[in-house]
Amino acid sequence: MKWIAAVALGALLVSLPSFAGDFYINLASQILIAAIFALSLNLLVGYGGMTSLGHASYLGVAAYLSALLTSRYGWGHGPAAMVSIAGTTAMAACFGIIALRATGLGFLMITLALSQVLWGLAYRMSDVTNGDNGIAGLTRPTPFGISLESAGAFYWFALIAAVLAFLMMTIFVSSAFGSSLKGVRDQPRRMAALGFNPWMIRWITFVYAGFWGGVSGLLYVYYNKYIHPTSLSTTSSAEALLGVIAGGSGTPGGPVVGAALVLLLKNYASAYVERWNMLLGLVFLFIVLVMPAGISPGLSKLTAALRGKSR
Amino acid sequence: MQFWIIQGLNSLSLGSLLFLLSSGFSLIFGLMRLANLTHGAFFMLGTYLGAIALRSYDGLNLWVAAIGAGLVVAAIGGLFERLVLTRLKANPLGQVLVTLGMSFIISDACLMLWGGDSIPVPTPQSLQAPTRAFGLVFPTYRLVLVGCAIGAAVALHFLLERTRLGAMIRAGVDDRQMARAVGIPVSNLFTIVFCLGTGIAGAGGVLGGPILSAYPGLDGDMLPLALIVVILGGIGSLLGAFVGSFVIGFIYTFGTALFPELAYVILFLPMIFVIAFRPQGLFGRVGA
Amino acid sequence: MIVRTSVPALEVVDLTKAFGGLVVTQSISLAVRPGERRLIIGPNGAGKTTLFNQISGDMRPNSGQVKLFGTDVTQFAPCKRAHFGLSRTYQIITLFTGDTLEHNITLGLLGLLPSRWQMWRPLSHYGDLATEARRTLDAVGLLHLARHPVSDLAYGEKRRVELAMALAQKPRVLLLDEPLAGLSNTERSTVKSLIASIPRETTVIMIEHDMDTALDLAETVTLLNYGRVIVDGDREAVIADQRTREVYLGI
Repeated sequence: MKWIAAVALGALLVSLPSFAGDFYINLASQILIAAIFALSLNLLVGYGGMTSLGHASYLGVAAYLSALLTSRYGWGHGPAAMVSIAGTTAMAACFGIIALRATGLGFLMITLALSQVLWGLAYRMSDVTNGDNGIAGLTRPTPFGISLESAGAFYWFALIAAVLAFLMMTIFVSSAFGSSLKGVRDQPRRMAALGFNPWMIRWITFVYAGFWGGVSGLLYVYYNKYIHPTSLSTTSSAEALLGVIAGGSGTPGGPVVGAALVLLLKNYASAYVERWNMLLGLVFLFIVLVMPAGISPGLSKLTAALRGKSR
Repeated sequence: MQFWIIQGLNSLSLGSLLFLLSSGFSLIFGLMRLANLTHGAFFMLGTYLGAIALRSYDGLNLWVAAIGAGLVVAAIGGLFERLVLTRLKANPLGQVLVTLGMSFIISDACLMLWGGDSIPVPTPQSLQAPTRAFGLVFPTYRLVLVGCAIGAAVALHFLLERTRLGAMIRAGVDDRQMARAVGIPVSNLFTIVFCLGTGIAGAGGVLGGPILSAYPGLDGDMLPLALIVVILGGIGSLLGAFVGSFVIGFIYTFGTALFPELAYVILFLPMIFVIAFRPQGLFGRVGA
Repeated sequence: MIVRTSVPALEVVDLTKAFGGLVVTQSISLAVRPGERRLIIGPNGAGKTTLFNQISGDMRPNSGQVKLFGTDVTQFAPCKRAHFGLSRTYQIITLFTGDTLEHNITLGLLGLLPSRWQMWRPLSHYGDLATEARRTLDAVGLLHLARHPVSDLAYGEKRRVELAMALAQKPRVLLLDEPLAGLSNTERSTVKSLIASIPRETTVIMIEHDMDTALDLAETVTLLNYGRVIVDGDREAVIADQRTREVYLGI
């Protein structure tokens, strides 16, 4: 049953540019980018049991680094991308050392604080970051000389990246290391007594999550050709967290569903509903109170129940 | 010289506001182990309510507005606690998320009801004339704010140390299960403390109005400060909230004045260091 | 009297732990020979579990040393002590309740292996680990439940899984924290025979309240009270000792 759904989804994704208009192709690209970001956050939240309210830092820093290197210093996209990712990953390594001094609520607050520091810098250091104006007029890379300007071309680029990200992160969480990560999430004391090093396991995961957060940041800045401090803000991190939790942090596909939902609500409900943030807040409340495991598990329970009833 | 005096006084008045904001946060965190991310929004709601009330009713007194706003915010807080938070007792992460969601709801509601422009809160007429002392000029209202903070601190201290309710709260902060075991109605206590904490924030919002004004984003500006104060001063410690408020008031005011670009860095660095190296804060208890 | 010159499997020297003003373990010293079966007894609050926590590394002592086979492990993190051959069970169940028994034991086996850092092969591909896990489950009589999640199990069965997890790593020193607590009579005798059948390569140190059952398993006994060692020696000697009576009967 799952295979059929997966193949159908794959067919849909591959054939999309051939039948959909630019508007929908662009929407799909955005969903793919949000999906990579949500999956990277879920490494922390769902598999690691570490709830972070500062994950947008990695998206934002990678985006800003790329923007600055290409627009202000005239770097090519290839080297700029490598330095941006390397820088973001290094930052994740440092932030991880600080944040993992605490667990649970303390961890949440440190991640919040660190991301606020970055946001404050992005906002205030106008000489460097252009402050509230953001950095505009950016370009998309041309891998192997292929232009990514058209909606279709960029979509393929994002799709390849998303599939790669999904595969690599899924392999990571299913591996022996991934099992130890889940073990540390569930019973850290027991894991230590068995010979696992909980701190190291968490830190490695933190860095890996930061890496993929940075990748999504690059795609983000390529797509929008613009970066603004709001991408680093707590609201951004909160939206991502909502996506992960709403979709279901315990499943591989859940965060993608959640991220898509948040994106759709944000971009398209706001045309009909004036107050997007209030809607976001209400959705938060609803999900936590009614469907704490998220939509994805809720849906599978529903389909299982329906199948059971039809017998 | 005038610069240092003015900044010093600004620090004191900011510290006073921070105390009104964070004392409630600290109480809620200490007793309910809940990081109430809605707290900034409650403060802002108070500011808006006060601003609107003062704009609409001519003879209204700032102090009355503060008390009124405090009561309204406390009522909303109480409803939120009873209807939403109590259902999530077993889900501390969920509690944090709903407070986040609630903050979005409140801040958007303010935007929806009262628009995007900042609404000033007039200083009470009796306090508009500046005070002259030691050959210098001080804005009177800022001095009065410090008095308010001290008054609030004394009142809270009295409540916590000398009343039965306070004893129950302290017991709950120290050891929740034990408190329940000796018959303290902990869940009612939670509601009372949540109302108290948010009510103080609401009233504080009105009192801060003449200095801050009511504007969208006030919640986002105030919440991180409350977080820092409580982390620095220690969870559940009133003295910690008091000292922490003024320390942060000074750091933020002088930091912004001297290094405007690095204001956030200067502000958050102490918090990060405290969490990393002395998690119980300056005055808190170990094993919270 | 034979003077043994072999290194103790576990040695604790002047171990002291205080929480604020409350001293929970006070200069506790003891030595356990390789292969020995030691029982630690004492009234509630005597400091038994705190002693275990300091031996396993879950707590740092204020002063004193913990030595495993002569090596000072006092500064070692718990995971490092596991690599030195230390294993323990806990008073509360600390199993991975959503996972199968086989997964629980396999994870336990992974803890000491370099492949625990491997980030691409799924755990299910480690066939030899699965075989070893099933063998361990068989040894505790739970092979038939290998594919069941831990949440399906009765309390007594969960205790056996805890024991299996600790034994799977073939530890040199095994700490059992109240392994018989909360068990029914039949379960108790099952677990008792399991403990009795632990090979001599493993030194066993056990905390227990159920003296009737536990004393049979013990060769030597240490009695703690108020954080101090009161009596320490062969089982018969400790039972007959006047001080033991005093502690338990308050005379």
